[in-house]
Formats: sequence, structure tokens, C-alpha cells
Amino acid sequence: MNMMTGVSPWERLIRPDRVHGSLYTDPDIFEAELKNIWYRTWVYVGHESEVPNANDYVVKSIGPQSVIMTRDEQGKVNLLLNRCSHRGNQVCSFERGSARSFTCPFHSWTFANDGRLVGYAFPDGYEGQDKAQLALGRVTRVESYRGFVFGSFAADGPTLREHLGGAAETIDRLVRTSPEGEVEITAGFLKHRVKANWKFILENECDGYHPAFVHTSIFGVADSMIGKLYGGASTALTRDYGNGHTEIDLRPEFRKRDAPMSWFGTSEERLPDYTARMKAAYGDTAAREIMIDGTPHVMIFPNLFIAEIQMFVIQPLGVDDSVQHVTALQFKGAPDLNRRLRQQTMGSVGPAGFLLADDSEMYERCHRGVLARNPEWIFLGRGEKRQRQDELGFTVGHVTDEVPSRGIWTHYRNLMEPI
Amino acid sequence: MLSRESSATLMSAITAFLYREARLQDEHQYEAWEKLWTDDGVYWVPANGADIDPERQMSIIYDNRSRIALRVRQLMTGKHFTQTPQSNLRRLISNIELMDEQPDDGDIAVASNSLIFESSLRDDTLWAARNEYRLRYVDGELRMASKKVILVNNDKAIYTLSFLV
Ligand code: FES
Ligand SMILES: [Fe+2]
Repeated sequence: MNMMTGVSPWERLIRPDRVHGSLYTDPDIFEAELKNIWYRTWVYVGHESEVPNANDYVVKSIGPQSVIMTRDEQGKVNLLLNRCSHRGNQVCSFERGSARSFTCPFHSWTFANDGRLVGYAFPDGYEGQDKAQLALGRVTRVESYRGFVFGSFAADGPTLREHLGGAAETIDRLVRTSPEGEVEITAGFLKHRVKANWKFILENECDGYHPAFVHTSIFGVADSMIGKLYGGASTALTRDYGNGHTEIDLRPEFRKRDAPMSWFGTSEERLPDYTARMKAAYGDTAAREIMIDGTPHVMIFPNLFIAEIQMFVIQPLGVDDSVQHVTALQFKGAPDLNRRLRQQTMGSVGPAGFLLADDSEMYERCHRGVLARNPEWIFLGRGEKRQRQDELGFTVGHVTDEVPSRGIWTHYRNLMEPI
Repeated sequence: MLSRESSATLMSAITAFLYREARLQDEHQYEAWEKLWTDDGVYWVPANGADIDPERQMSIIYDNRSRIALRVRQLMTGKHFTQTPQSNLRRLISNIELMDEQPDDGDIAVASNSLIFESSLRDDTLWAARNEYRLRYVDGELRMASKKVILVNNDKAIYTLSFLV
């Protein structure tokens, strides 16, 4: 709050139908975002299936910070900061593995995989020192929802379930695609770097206005069914769940088609094993509904994007430096479906993907574009007049409308306002 | 074992083939490049190391022959924005070695190193890779039955790679 004028700087930068271009390019704003968003709210870190056994670990991140996700001997998942409590060296230099402990290469302090300091070299120099005071740093709160592990550096605040709010239901929908009700993250990640601010990525994930144009080259040559979903005549919806979570709900289109697995461009006949397992797990009627509706297209603020067949994790490294970590979603008990998920994901995403190479080109061009100072604003008013509330009270609009961006910026302002 | 003379002839044919492929890629001659492939060609750019199982793990590119054709067709539209305008490219090919002159399947195993300078709208980017080929004579012409491009930094976050590598 500016004491002189009584006007919050955020009110000047974020209006209902437009936001200021400097929000994407100002290094001070980026630093404020680290503090107020990335190092405070719930951020997606990893999936429990990435550390299936005791002593497994995988190195993840929260913004620029390296985080080791471990499963300790008791089976508990820990999020430890990759920074020695002695003089700061990184204690883990491998992306994944199995380890009961991590020994710092600098002066050989050794930490258990739950973060406890268990020993230091030449201990006589540390007479009377309480080792418990020198554990590895950890992400303050760790919670998981259906296997998706989130961390928050804030000691208090909403629970993960409160943060997810209405968007939790999209994850429920996702796991029902597995006959065993579980997602598995086992296919490895592609890491796609872009020279652009992270919010261009965040806002594009549920932007249904661009596919008809940005992806015209691949839709034209691949006779893809995707193009129609994002046309003017589409009955698909954009939705704002609040708390920055946004969705493109394609179910109205898939329900019109009324054909199981059409959402994935395939059919029950081509996935007989999967179909049989789904019917055995859920019964014929519910299995048919699940297989018609397909998986969600949802952006969980600020960094987890579930895009029907793949999952992206957005990582900001600097004001114009971001990484998209992406992998194929895999569903427990669905080997024939999983194979197709991997094949389609590899074609579509990552640095050489038919779709994501063009999306990423847009992120970078937008970033360079907004460095120009006039017009100062990014206009986000599309569909403002025709948006409405759905039966649960969430704001929805046409699939090409900018309901998601407006929802994201409303939440963003709430988070940034206190400073 | 080939005689020394025929080995030298084969080596010069392979070298000419690899230089030609490099030039077609640098100059965005997509259709001519596509013709270098056999009907069962596999174009593979692994991620996170050289020896992952591409049937189980994500690769940057893992194209069968029809997906190679799709990749070329997308580039040909002129609306693949990441290559509109096209990157300016020049690559050096070196360390060409015959790895196995007469493997069981009759293909010729060849390896090379490449260093590629890309100038695009974003910036200038330097790429380095180990390339492993299986080449085959089809109607008297060398063709690629497989090409595996192992980027030196394929375990890191890399920028968009939308030219033919
Ligand atoms: S910095 Fe880790 S032991 Fe000294
Ligand atoms: Fe897109």
C-alpha cells in the first residue's frame, strides 16, 4: 500500500480486464513473486510414485531452489533442501537414486534421508554441539493429494485441500482413468527451457483461443481432432476454480461424441485390455462414462498442468528464464493405454514437440514483445460480457474466452497485495 | 573383413553421404532430407542419457518413418512458427568412424560428432552431439535406416530444437 496515495501498486498494475506488461519483465516483481508465491503457497513438487521404495530419492525444485524428495526408512516422503547446513554445499548431485544418507563432499557431514545430521568428520571440534540444530533445511509443510506431493514454505496458511478447492475434483477425475485409481509418473521428464517469463506459460495452458492459430501447422497435416474442440462452434468451456486454478472442460464435446476413448483419438476395440479392466473395476456404466469424459485439462496454480495425456511442471529460474518439465501420464493397471500415452506425448511436447515447439515460440515472442512500452497493457477482456456461473458457482465461459487469465490474475493480486 | 581398398571406398561414400545430409539439414531442404531415409527409418534423439529405453522413457524425438514424414510435412507448411522464419544453421561433422563394417543385419554402423551453430529469433545457440547411424544400400544409394542423435546436454533443460538435428 502506498501511504501517500492510498492506492496499492498492484491495483495500478492489475485491472479486471487488463494487466500491465511490466508484470512479466520487471526483475523486482519476479523477486516479489518468489517471496509471495513460490516460497509461500502450495507448489507441486513431485509424485509419490517417483520414490516407490524406502530410501528412494529424486531431485526436484521449488522455483530456483533444489529440493530432494526422499522416502525415508519409515516410508515417509520428505522434501529436503539441497544445501548442506555447514557451509552450503549441495549435498546431492545426482537426479535420482537410492540412498540411506547423503554425505556432503566438502567436509563430509552426513545426513540421513529424513534430513537429520548423523555425523561430521573429526567430531572433537564440535564438542557440546547439538546435532539436532544442524539438520538439512526442509520445506515447512508437505502434503499430498492422490499421490501428488506439494510443499509450502509457510508455517501456516490454508491446507492443501483448501488450496485445491474445487480443482481437487479434476484430480479425482484424473485418477479414475486408471482401473486401480492411481497415476504413476515413471516415464522420465523432458526439460524444455524458454527465454520467457513463467506467467506466459501459466496463462497459455488454459488459453483456448490460440490452438486454432498457433497449432494450425500440425492440425493441418495430422488430421487431428483437436482443432474442432477449440473452434468458434465448440461447446467446451473455460472455468475459473478460484485460487488461481483454471480448466478447459472438454467434456461437453466428448459427451456429444458419445464414444468411449474418443477423447484420446482411439476406441474400446483398439484398447481391449484397458476396456476390460475398466469395466471390471468400475462396472459397465461408470466405466463408459469415465472413458467418454476423458482426463482433465487443468492448470493447478502455480505450476502443475495436467494436459489430458501429459503432465507439465513449470519452473521459474529468472524473470525471463523458465523450464517446462514434462512427462507422459501413466495409469496404474493400464499398460496398453500407457504405451499410447508415451508415444503421443513424445510427438507433441518437449523441445522438438509438434505442439510445444510452437507454444514456446509464442512465449518467447510475447516476452520480447512486452518489452515495448506502448500499449502498456495486455488486454484480457475476451468473453467478459458472456461469462456466467456454473451449477457449482464457478465462473465459466466459451472455450476461447479469457476466463482463465482473469481468474489467475485475481488470485495473483491477492497473493501479492500484502507487500 | 573388407579389403583396405574397398574399406577406403566405403568410407569416402559414407563421408560424402554424411556431409550431404548435413548440408540438406542446414539449408532446410526438408524433402530431399526425407528421401535419405529407408522405409523403416527410425529417427531418435534420446533425453537423459544415451542408453534409455525409448519404448519406456521419454525421448526428445522418437520418430518412426511415418512420424518423420509428419515432421517434414509440418515444416513444409510454412506455419510452423518456431521455424518461421527458419533458423540460420551451420554444422561441422567430424570424427567419422565405421563402427562395424558388416553387422549381422547387413546395415553399416557409422558414428560421427557434430557441432551445430543455430541463430534464431531467440538467440544464438550451440548444439553438440554424438550421431550413430545405421546406413544401408538401397538401389545402389546409401540410405539411413536409423539415426540416433545423442546431445551432449540431453540431461539438462534445453531450448526448443525445431530444426532437423
Ligand atoms: S559444506 Fe558440507 S560439510 Fe562443509
Ligand atoms: Fe498450445
